[in-house]
Amino acid sequence: MLNASLKQLSAMLAARKISSVELTSEFLKRSRALNPTYNAFITLDEETSLAQAQAADTLIASGRGQSLTGIPIAQKDIFCTKGWLTTCGSKMLSNFISPYDAHVIGRFNAGGAVNIGKTNMDEFAMGSSNETSFYGPVKNPWDTAAVPGGSSGGSACAVAARMAPAATGTDTGGSIRQPAALCGISGLKPTYGLVSRYGMIAFASSLDQGGPMAKSAEDLALMLNVMAGFDARDSTSLEREPEDYTRDLEKPLEGLRIGLPKEYFVKEIDEDVARAVEAAIGQYRKLGAKTVEVSLPNTKLSVPVYYVLAPAEASSNLSRFDGVRYGHRAPDYLDLNDMYRKTRSQGFGAEVKRRILIGTYVLSHGYYDAYYIQAQKLRRLMAQDFAGAFEQCDVIMGPTSPTVAFNLGERSSDPVQMYLSDAYTIAVNLAGLPAMSIPVGFGHKNRPVGLHIIGNYFAEAQMLNVAHQYQLASDWHTRMPKE
Amino acid sequence: MQWETVIGLEVHAQLSTESKIFSGASTAFGAAPNAEACTVDLALPGVLPVLNRGAVERAIRFGLAVGAKINSPSIFARKNYFYPDLPKGYQISQYELPVVEGGHIQLQIVQDGKEQEKTVRLVRAHLEEDAGKSLHEDFQGMSGIDLNRAGTPLLEIVSEPDMRSSAEAVAYAKTLHTLVRWIGICDGNMQEGSFRCDANVSVRPQGSEKLGTRCEIKNLNSFRFLEKAIDYEARRQIEILEDGGAIQQQTRLFDPEKGETRAMRSKEDAQDYRYFPDPDLLPLEISGSWIEEVKKELPELPQQMRSRFEHDYGLSMYDALALTADRDNSEYYEAVAGKLSSDPKLCANWVMGEVSAYLNNEGKSFDVCPLSPAQLAQLLLRIKDGTISGKIAKDVFRQMWEQASAESISWKNRKEVDESLADRIIESQGLRQISDSSALEKLVQEVLTANPKSVEEFKAGKEKAFNALVGQVMKAARGKANPAQVNEILRKKLTE
Repeated sequence: MLNASLKQLSAMLAARKISSVELTSEFLKRSRALNPTYNAFITLDEETSLAQAQAADTLIASGRGQSLTGIPIAQKDIFCTKGWLTTCGSKMLSNFISPYDAHVIGRFNAGGAVNIGKTNMDEFAMGSSNETSFYGPVKNPWDTAAVPGGSSGGSACAVAARMAPAATGTDTGGSIRQPAALCGISGLKPTYGLVSRYGMIAFASSLDQGGPMAKSAEDLALMLNVMAGFDARDSTSLEREPEDYTRDLEKPLEGLRIGLPKEYFVKEIDEDVARAVEAAIGQYRKLGAKTVEVSLPNTKLSVPVYYVLAPAEASSNLSRFDGVRYGHRAPDYLDLNDMYRKTRSQGFGAEVKRRILIGTYVLSHGYYDAYYIQAQKLRRLMAQDFAGAFEQCDVIMGPTSPTVAFNLGERSSDPVQMYLSDAYTIAVNLAGLPAMSIPVGFGHKNRPVGLHIIGNYFAEAQMLNVAHQYQLASDWHTRMPKE
Repeated sequence: MQWETVIGLEVHAQLSTESKIFSGASTAFGAAPNAEACTVDLALPGVLPVLNRGAVERAIRFGLAVGAKINSPSIFARKNYFYPDLPKGYQISQYELPVVEGGHIQLQIVQDGKEQEKTVRLVRAHLEEDAGKSLHEDFQGMSGIDLNRAGTPLLEIVSEPDMRSSAEAVAYAKTLHTLVRWIGICDGNMQEGSFRCDANVSVRPQGSEKLGTRCEIKNLNSFRFLEKAIDYEARRQIEILEDGGAIQQQTRLFDPEKGETRAMRSKEDAQDYRYFPDPDLLPLEISGSWIEEVKKELPELPQQMRSRFEHDYGLSMYDALALTADRDNSEYYEAVAGKLSSDPKLCANWVMGEVSAYLNNEGKSFDVCPLSPAQLAQLLLRIKDGTISGKIAKDVFRQMWEQASAESISWKNRKEVDESLADRIIESQGLRQISDSSALEKLVQEVLTANPKSVEEFKAGKEKAFNALVGQVMKAARGKANPAQVNEILRKKLTE
């Protein structure tokens, strides 16, 4: 059952072979047992989860069950969840019980899914290792000396360790794909605007996008069916006809054109990663795909551009955490400015403060044109690079991360080194494209390697098809870490 | 040295939408603190703004009314600063690309009996959200925050520094105030803060082209304060310059109790607002067809109506200005003048005179006037045709008003109009003017006989005595004698 797909679980529930209460209890028990080791969850709330499971069982019994009804889903603690502690991994929100549901949470609730708990994450989604969480680092279930990646490290860990069948994540610069790669699971960042950001605590509004994390592409498709959809409460939400993302899963890959950016396969990639990625591409050729070399000449600029734009937006987005209306407030202060200063000094961790400082700086009078405006121009160039590449290919492939999971503490004192681990994923957010990561083997110290698949705008169904066909021909995605 | 005052105004007009500019919460004034602050207004984690179409529509209406350019796209930007009544830590405003650019306001100024016209150019008008309120009283050692006003839509209207006196500034503010109410984008309630002015004031030697250093005066919530603050500030600056000092660029606050402005903050303390485009809101695109639609619904503007009143009705600028103070007023006037097209000036005098006075007295506006324009026109017709004198008419008017008020229906809601109201009062009380010349001649003769002294005085050349005799005749007729006829008969008899 731990390895069962969402489709299988759904079938078991519909056939009444198992109840949602039983299924949820099983995963809760496992999560309770493993969480002290992995620290994947910030909040587990058996009572609420089981009440939801009970309601799901009633729905199923009355024949009104949908694809995810009764299935426990782990929710990243960035999604506001009514009645639940919603911390965003920060001391600042360590006392914040949300009075409302994020759009994504509402969609899962409407579909009768069970919220099995809120997952750990880098503070305000700022990090690539889950070490910036106020609630402590998450461990990689393949090797507890390693980081799970970030910022959706808790969700990636929960799925990899089979503490939950699937989870939600958010991706601003790789925060779904990189932890998915490092934990050996599948993760998808949709086209910007496909999943509503309403109730998803903002890091960098023009880059943030919620998406699913699961064991397989097929599971991702089912999750995306629930998560995607227009929401009038998010002005950047796209009004489109609803799609069934499972519709193309079974299409053969004959004639698929895979673009391999020459800038991606360079000496910065670790050899073990390169080997696994090349083997996966070899597998695609066997499945009938062709490869073409493409060029994304501005790839190198993505990290500097990102670290201007994302902190700029973040510095403003995080201004609302001022101790006035909710969240942490310093216990003692002299006056208003002292209250602000102490509250924010105490409430935010070092990485968040670093990015607020960078963001405040690049938006300041006299620097704005040189940094922010310049970065916006380069951002457009990057989108043009991709547009050019997609004239020659259907999907672009490469490694999700240049290395396998690094050790806890290894990079936490070197922010620039940490930022470089997102070099491949960041450009995708800057362009607003969809992309995913799927497991394609193991490297150094038997740590997982992820394949990065980038699609054109709204090509989610096609990307999921590409990933699913690979998973039909391989079993990396079914591998489970030892406890 | 002769000094010239240079003034530019920034007006914040609260737009009359039912809900806020970026949330669905109500904008109604006077609710219990924070009762009208929803999750978006409270800036809870994760909430997002959604632009209110009605606010944009009103901005377009304004832009069209002042002959401005409607920008498409225009961009919403974040103005970042910390204050407890600013929940997000930034205000959503427009910075580099405002929705309305350029345009102008035409002023008619009547001062010391002189009529004067002036054009004030506009720089821009942009959409933004209001902040909440900090309440520093009632909370011992603490401040209360009321976020009901947070997110209320504002149109900030910025003029060029085209005004040269407090009178011009007041005329501009009043014209703008009339206009925003006229086109229905703002209720103009200054007590509730729906229409707020900031004035940029500088002085320079007469004839100089170069602008002096300016000070911005905040908190001018009445036209009187605006005038007083500008006059005070100009004097203050002139005194400094005449003493050899220099003006510091400052933001100053007007203190209505002392009638002074005082420094709030100087340029050195100016904050860096770190404006940047709000990534939560897409660029605002306004289609040509939307603009056309708004244009079609735009009423005749006060400026056009004033010229028409002057041209078509032969009214003075003063009368035309007064009658176009608001749409209800002009509508009422046109309804009266439509019924009595032979004398639009008489109609104007009565609408501006008696009707206005009675309404003011009862704190009412023209739309809820109890007396119908047709009823008033009928009364005025009786003055015109000599049935009653103007003096008697005022008495009849009072009775008409009382009777109409008793029904407590406003003229617009009246299904049937009793047009004979004036006539009935005149007839039932025998107020008809005596125009029968034989009757009048008899009356005059009686007065002449009874007042030989006045007759003598008149004959001795005292014109005053004539007036006294007219008065006597009117008194004998209990006011009902036709004054012109009385004059004529009296003069004839005296000079016989």
